[in-house]
Amino acid sequence: MAPSDTAERQEPTRRDFLYVATGAVGAVGVALTAWPFIDQMNPSAAALALASIEVDVTSVEPGMSLTVKWRGKPVFIRNRTDEEVAAAKAVPLSELPDRSARNDNISDGATAEDLNRAAEGRENWLVMIGVCTHLGCVPLGQSGEFGGWFCPCHGSSYDTAGRIRIGPAPENLRVPKFEFTSDTTIRIG
Amino acid sequence: MSADTIYQPKSGFGKWLEARLPVIGLMHSSFIAYPTPRNLNYLWTFGAILTFMMAVQIVTGIVLAMHFIPDATMAFVSVEQFMRDVNFGWLLRYLHSNGASMFFVAVYIHMFRSMYYGSYQEPREVLWILGVIIFLLMIATAFLGYVLPWGQMSFWAATVITNLFTAIPLVGEAVTTWLWGGFAVGNPTLVRFYSLHYLLPFMIVGVIALHVWALHVVGQNNPLGIDVKSKQDTVPFTPHATIKDVFGTVVFLILMAWLVFYLPNFLSHPDNSIPANPLQTPAHIVPEWYFLPFYAILRAIPNKLLGVIALFGSIGVLAFLPWLDTSRVRSARFRPLYFWFFWIFVAVTIGLGYLGAQTPVGGFLIAARLLTAYYFAHFLIIMPIIGLVEQPRPVPVSITEAVLAENGGASEAASAEAGG
Repeated sequence: MAPSDTAERQEPTRRDFLYVATGAVGAVGVALTAWPFIDQMNPSAAALALASIEVDVTSVEPGMSLTVKWRGKPVFIRNRTDEEVAAAKAVPLSELPDRSARNDNISDGATAEDLNRAAEGRENWLVMIGVCTHLGCVPLGQSGEFGGWFCPCHGSSYDTAGRIRIGPAPENLRVPKFEFTSDTTIRIG
Repeated sequence: MSADTIYQPKSGFGKWLEARLPVIGLMHSSFIAYPTPRNLNYLWTFGAILTFMMAVQIVTGIVLAMHFIPDATMAFVSVEQFMRDVNFGWLLRYLHSNGASMFFVAVYIHMFRSMYYGSYQEPREVLWILGVIIFLLMIATAFLGYVLPWGQMSFWAATVITNLFTAIPLVGEAVTTWLWGGFAVGNPTLVRFYSLHYLLPFMIVGVIALHVWALHVVGQNNPLGIDVKSKQDTVPFTPHATIKDVFGTVVFLILMAWLVFYLPNFLSHPDNSIPANPLQTPAHIVPEWYFLPFYAILRAIPNKLLGVIALFGSIGVLAFLPWLDTSRVRSARFRPLYFWFFWIFVAVTIGLGYLGAQTPVGGFLIAARLLTAYYFAHFLIIMPIIGLVEQPRPVPVSITEAVLAENGGASEAASAEAGG
């Protein structure tokens, strides 16, 4: 009994190989079978098809906002007043909790100066996803102590460039991919 | 009374079945002959009350599912139609919604009972952990169910709670999108929540079966926290515990009936009578009362990821309680220090519940932070230390001796011991 035992322990046998190979094939099979059950919960083709919308902003005068629904979420489109732009520009970068621009239209490393938050070439226009970066509530416009947005759920305050200034939210309001297709039309997505 | 401790089938069919599947024998030994400590008080009826509430929720839930339409455009309307047009719809829905609250009332009393009498201590660790798992499943089920009527509170509760997962580093956003089935809470979210809300209660039933099994392996704790030593220390489950459980359940149901018939909306929020609006968050969102202490902990922490970790940690820490409690004595009756710390802990959780309903600014925020720190300190610092430094009072030799000393003097106790 002893000699065969030691021999088995010393060298993997053909049976050991078959055990491991069967187990490995079984594990791969289980993973492959599980994937459709997991992936079916991701957004469907229909949900993905709603990826882009066009918005007419002709009637949005300075000091006015428009909230549109994009991918099930509110998007804030604001034609800012000159005072709001000036207030946002006056804030030094060092005072911002989140110094990243969070702007999908420019490079990831860009910093959160007002120019990097606003629409390209039209600094008074601000387009942002209206979802608080804390836990997803919709902030209220033109309120809070920085004159920007205030989230009623957990008290985060954003400034006039949609940058987080105080409260539990970790990031600035996200700027989605968008462009002005004409002077009066914005395409989001 | 001890003659039929083992089930003896009398009929021919009974004998035939017992030889093939001894299910009646199992029921007999578990719920009729099962020896239960003779000194149990009414806090020990909450297991039966919880089992009953589980049945109430499943039966009323199955009925609600017959009328509910899991579609974002129809869900709110179908619930309102159920309330107004379906025969007894108002009653069945109020039983289900208030039943969830009463379920949590019972489970919190059940958990505090275990903490007061040290019921989680060796050898009942697995029993306790199964209870924590049931509590977690209950939280998930209650949350999923709250979303289904698709009112403003439903929608924004779903949004805030699913957004907790965005705090996970790197994969948070992908996980949240996966949970939603879209880029925000929407129709796919509602339908999957409905499916899971139907599934989870049956998983709870499964874990309850394990919980009862584990209980019947190690036996019940009792108010003295000492082990059963002889037959004299116990009485058969039926009729003693059965009758007591039925009476406790009836009293509990009087309280529930008062809520259902006189204050059916006392525990709900008026905002949930407004259909879900994805573009507007209600000015003041709070969860149901039974989540308020945990919600206060979430909001007390200024960092998003750490807040979420604290929220889950506040429940997870319960699972480690059997090892965090270093005391050799179970019952707080004989633990002069722990007695006070137990009641302080109860007050702290109630305080957190109060703060969870307030806007987290100024004094409320500071208080929530202090109580959150105390909540964790209770488990991680106070429980290990007082078990070591406390001088427990002497515990009785046996349950019988203590019971008879209370009711008739020591001589009877001595004769009972001799008789055993």
